[in-house]
Amino acid sequence: MTINEIQDELIEEFELFDDWEGKYEYIIDLGKKLPKLSDEYKTEDNIIKGCQSIVWLHAYMNGDKLIFEADSEAIIVKGLVSMLLKVLSGHTPEEILKADLYFINRVGLSSHLAQTRSNGLASMVKQMKAYALAFQTIEENK
Amino acid sequence: MLVENRTDKATMLDIQKIRADFPILDEKINGKDLVYFDNAATTQKPLPVLNALANYYGHYNANIHRGIHHLAEKATSAFEASRKTIQKFLNARYTEEIIFTYGTTDGINLVAQTYGRAFLKEGDEIIISAMEHHSNIVPWQMLCEQNGCVLKVIPVNDDGELILEAYEKLLSGKTKFVSVVHVSNALGTINPVKYIIQKAHEVGAKVLIDGAQATSHLTIDVQDLDTDFYVFSAHKLYGPTGMGALYGKKELLEAMPPYRGGGEMIKEVTFEKTTYNELPYKFEAGTPNIADVIAVKTAIEYLDELGKENVAAYENELLAYATEQLLKIEGLKIIGQAKDKVSVISFVIEGIHPQDVGVILDQQGIAVRTGHHCTQPLMKRFGIPGTSRASFAVYNTKEEIDKLVLGIEKVKKMVL
Repeated sequence: MTINEIQDELIEEFELFDDWEGKYEYIIDLGKKLPKLSDEYKTEDNIIKGCQSIVWLHAYMNGDKLIFEADSEAIIVKGLVSMLLKVLSGHTPEEILKADLYFINRVGLSSHLAQTRSNGLASMVKQMKAYALAFQTIEENK
Repeated sequence: MLVENRTDKATMLDIQKIRADFPILDEKINGKDLVYFDNAATTQKPLPVLNALANYYGHYNANIHRGIHHLAEKATSAFEASRKTIQKFLNARYTEEIIFTYGTTDGINLVAQTYGRAFLKEGDEIIISAMEHHSNIVPWQMLCEQNGCVLKVIPVNDDGELILEAYEKLLSGKTKFVSVVHVSNALGTINPVKYIIQKAHEVGAKVLIDGAQATSHLTIDVQDLDTDFYVFSAHKLYGPTGMGALYGKKELLEAMPPYRGGGEMIKEVTFEKTTYNELPYKFEAGTPNIADVIAVKTAIEYLDELGKENVAAYENELLAYATEQLLKIEGLKIIGQAKDKVSVISFVIEGIHPQDVGVILDQQGIAVRTGHHCTQPLMKRFGIPGTSRASFAVYNTKEEIDKLVLGIEKVKKMVL
């Protein structure tokens, strides 16, 4: 599936919820289901700055696809992170760099991307794109 | 008996009438009535304060001190009247001992960069405490980097109180400055600052008290405390943001070099030499925050009219009720159980990150603070990443505390 197809699927899923509780229960559930990041990747370097809770992001190439793994100590953030992974992980750096993450607005989670110090989803997206750019550069120079 | 008296005083306040003075309390958040429990971050502003701001801009906006026209004189009078009000509010001896600042942080930086740079030297020791806000840590660290002073830290016990025996051991002839918070923003602890000041003075050290969290709850008497410096912010006192004051003993302020250079703080400027203005203007370079300075007078008068003792009694009642109700929640632990506290409750819930508490309470219209509260060393002391903090002001009610309790139960149901 393309990045946009995955986004559209998420938007459809969220349309089923008519109140905030259902929506957040779903996000919490996603957080609980996200596999734990191995301790070896929970390093200082992998911490995304600007989050109120600690978020670790690990990235590596598998063939021509960029794979992300992540974790957080807060369950809602972990659920949101899980959604970002679902959308962006497993695509080429070029696709990730070009991605327009419209699903965040459409599922009503844009407040989590606000430029406040309390949440770092914006920093998370920025870091994922930075990885994509870094790996793209490495691939091009090979 | 004391408790009965307190209750009598508290009931003298008509809370519903007070609430009507705060238009923001009618806001709906996520479709629900706002429950505002983030008062330690900033309090809401009553109508008289909002009107004072609008009235200044609408009717007598002018730059102060230099103009001779009517508006300038009116603005200057209102501006200086505010200084007088703050002098009375802190019970300072002289009006010129009140320096307007942008807030508590600004006041601490001013003292560190003027008194500190002029009078502290390599090897001198500065004592702070483990419960300081970053704004009472970093300015001193910057000073230490500049002139080789050494920072010493008073530890905190498990209840969130300063360990005074340890403080006394830290004091020596090397101690030149002590800078301690009056009331902890993260825990609510009221520190025995009068005793701390007295002990510091015994070794000849000067003292600054960070009153950011104290002024809306406690009666402040800088002469009785005998503090050398006292700083606070207006916005935690039902006043506007971007405005605060520094109290300093006159002889110290006179001996200190100026902080920022510019207009207003000068007596005469030539390219060869500038002579500085007298107190308090020496420390007030540039056009000040006129509107907000004027409005803080109204905020203090508002609080005075309610009666600070009445307010404190009512807030204590809320604190006691909230503590009792919150402790009924399984897995909830209150961080900071000092004997003397203001109406601030920091808590953690087993198995739930504070951020999740904050997000789900917000969905229910309840505003609390979550995180480290700009006191990372203190959080480290308790071995936690942060807390959720509910802090109460005079317009809060027991019904709102009940909503908080239900809200937390919902957090637990959803997350655990």
